Amino acid sequence: MATSDLTDTALSIKNLTVSYHNQPVLWDIDLDIPAGVMAGIVGPNGAGKSTLIKSLLGLVPSLSGEVMVHGRPYATQRKRVGYVPQRSSVDWDFPTTALDVVTMGLYGRLGWLKRPGRKERHEAQEALEMVGMSAFAERQISQLSGGQQQRVFLARALVQQADVYFLDEPMAGVDATTERAIIDILRRLRDAGKTLIVVHHDLQTVRTYFDWLLLLNVRVIASGKAEEVFKIDHLRQAYGGQIALLDDNESLMFSASKVK
Amino acid sequence: MAWLELLSDYTFQNVVIGASLLGLISGPLGCFAVLRRQSLLGDAISHAALPGICLSFIITGSRDIGGIIIGSLITGSAAALIMLMLTRLSRLKTDAGLGACLSIFFAVGIVLLTYIQGTNNASQGGLEAFLFGQAAATLRSDLWVMGSITLVTLLLLAAFWKQAKLVTFDAEYARTLGMPTTVIEASLTAMVALAVVVGLQMVGVILMAAMIVAPAAAARQWSRHLGGMLTIAAGVGIVSGVSGATISTLSRGLATGPLIVLTATAIVLISLALAPGRGLLWGMIKHYRQKSALQQQQLLYALYKHSADPSRASPTLGSRRMFHKLKQQGYLTRSLRGATPSDDGWGLTAQGQAEARRVVAAFEELAS
Repeated sequence: MATSDLTDTALSIKNLTVSYHNQPVLWDIDLDIPAGVMAGIVGPNGAGKSTLIKSLLGLVPSLSGEVMVHGRPYATQRKRVGYVPQRSSVDWDFPTTALDVVTMGLYGRLGWLKRPGRKERHEAQEALEMVGMSAFAERQISQLSGGQQQRVFLARALVQQADVYFLDEPMAGVDATTERAIIDILRRLRDAGKTLIVVHHDLQTVRTYFDWLLLLNVRVIASGKAEEVFKIDHLRQAYGGQIALLDDNESLMFSASKVK
Repeated sequence: MAWLELLSDYTFQNVVIGASLLGLISGPLGCFAVLRRQSLLGDAISHAALPGICLSFIITGSRDIGGIIIGSLITGSAAALIMLMLTRLSRLKTDAGLGACLSIFFAVGIVLLTYIQGTNNASQGGLEAFLFGQAAATLRSDLWVMGSITLVTLLLLAAFWKQAKLVTFDAEYARTLGMPTTVIEASLTAMVALAVVVGLQMVGVILMAAMIVAPAAAARQWSRHLGGMLTIAAGVGIVSGVSGATISTLSRGLATGPLIVLTATAIVLISLALAPGRGLLWGMIKHYRQKSALQQQQLLYALYKHSADPSRASPTLGSRRMFHKLKQQGYLTRSLRGATPSDDGWGLTAQGQAEARRVVAAFEELAS
């Protein structure tokens, strides 16, 4: 592991462009994210936040661009990258248990023909323990609540023991308790030297959750340390002026919601 | 004695073994098709097998099973590929792409079929049997071919179980782990085409889709694991195959293929209604019980809260049944002393008072 850590840049993107039906979704993205930070990707709907993560992982074809993870091309570094997709991306009525879903995180390591055995199940059980779901190991995934499903997905990524994690809206549609639990786990990972890259939609919590920030709206509006990026002119640029920053409690309000 | 005779009948043996093989392959592969929301892909592939059957007859001039298998595999896979490309590259949705592919290939097949019939080739007789299947015409040699296809397919599935499962559940995640998802998905689709080929002789191209969907749909009701679902689906496929074949033989003349499909459908209906946990019947019973329990609690609540105002306690026709039920349980008494007919004089017993207090406490706790 130490050999490839010559650079302390966890993720480096050069000249990434993605378009869908001739519409640019992401335009000329240049970005470096340092290792060991909790990075937030923030921007309005349709800004290309999820698309950015998906194109980095090769799930969406890009027109141009190169992606380096810890200084090497992503394709050679798959084992060092963990992915937590949006909860709604799968059919939760699939006939399987929480433990089995977490074990899927180890399929890449197992190779083509080897089946998961006792060791793998043990690791999966430990990952479930970390997200506070060990009591639900044998539960059908269709019977889990939204927050529990999100934690199972998180555990599936944890079991990969990656160095860089991509999370697509992990806090979407979960209650406050689960959100706090998830944030705690992510902070623990960051403190252990991992890099977390999180698509996030709630501007209220951006300052408290993230130490590094990418403000995105098709192009990179601003990126860098959270306190330098999270400024009113940057936000106006990204969200189109319909936003106000209340200095007294550092909370945000949308002008549209004030009208109501 | 009649059974012994039946079991030693050459045709019956062939039909039963063929139907079992069909169930064995279509059940498990149907599970993947259904879970990947591609149940209708089997329908498109099986309809598209018809032009392949006709083309192979035109080229080889015979009904040799080898040629028919290769022909139907080629056109079936071509239909599936065109369908997938249409939905990937254009803005056509899956259902529209499937519908277009299915009907175009089937139309070509029918045109070819009528062309062949017009040529008055002596050996063309019975080619139209592939529309609805002709189980009785199954030969021992056909069974060997069907058996090997089934065996190879199931072995492949067992070897790449992990990959098939993860790609079915979450294909994007599988790709981030470095799995060649396109190859795996294409193989799963190709295996459905193989299952269709096995079923051509038994149930025919039109009804084959039912053998892909029905066992899987029934099995989903009874199983909590993918492995269990596949096993049950294979079982359902075999049971419906064997019983369809038996009914057909005993009835002398009823078509085997449709009977197999009808048996499978009956199993699906039973499963949808009765499977523990997922069955519709249990859901309805649970709903009715909850409704009735809530009515009972509300009634006790109302009687307790408004006990000072007995005129309110006169039941309407609809709730009268509930009053009597509560009386049976000992929660209510009915005093008929000097009241008008509209005032039946219902009142809580001591036991009813206690129960009502419990209900009120529970309601108020919920509200706070």
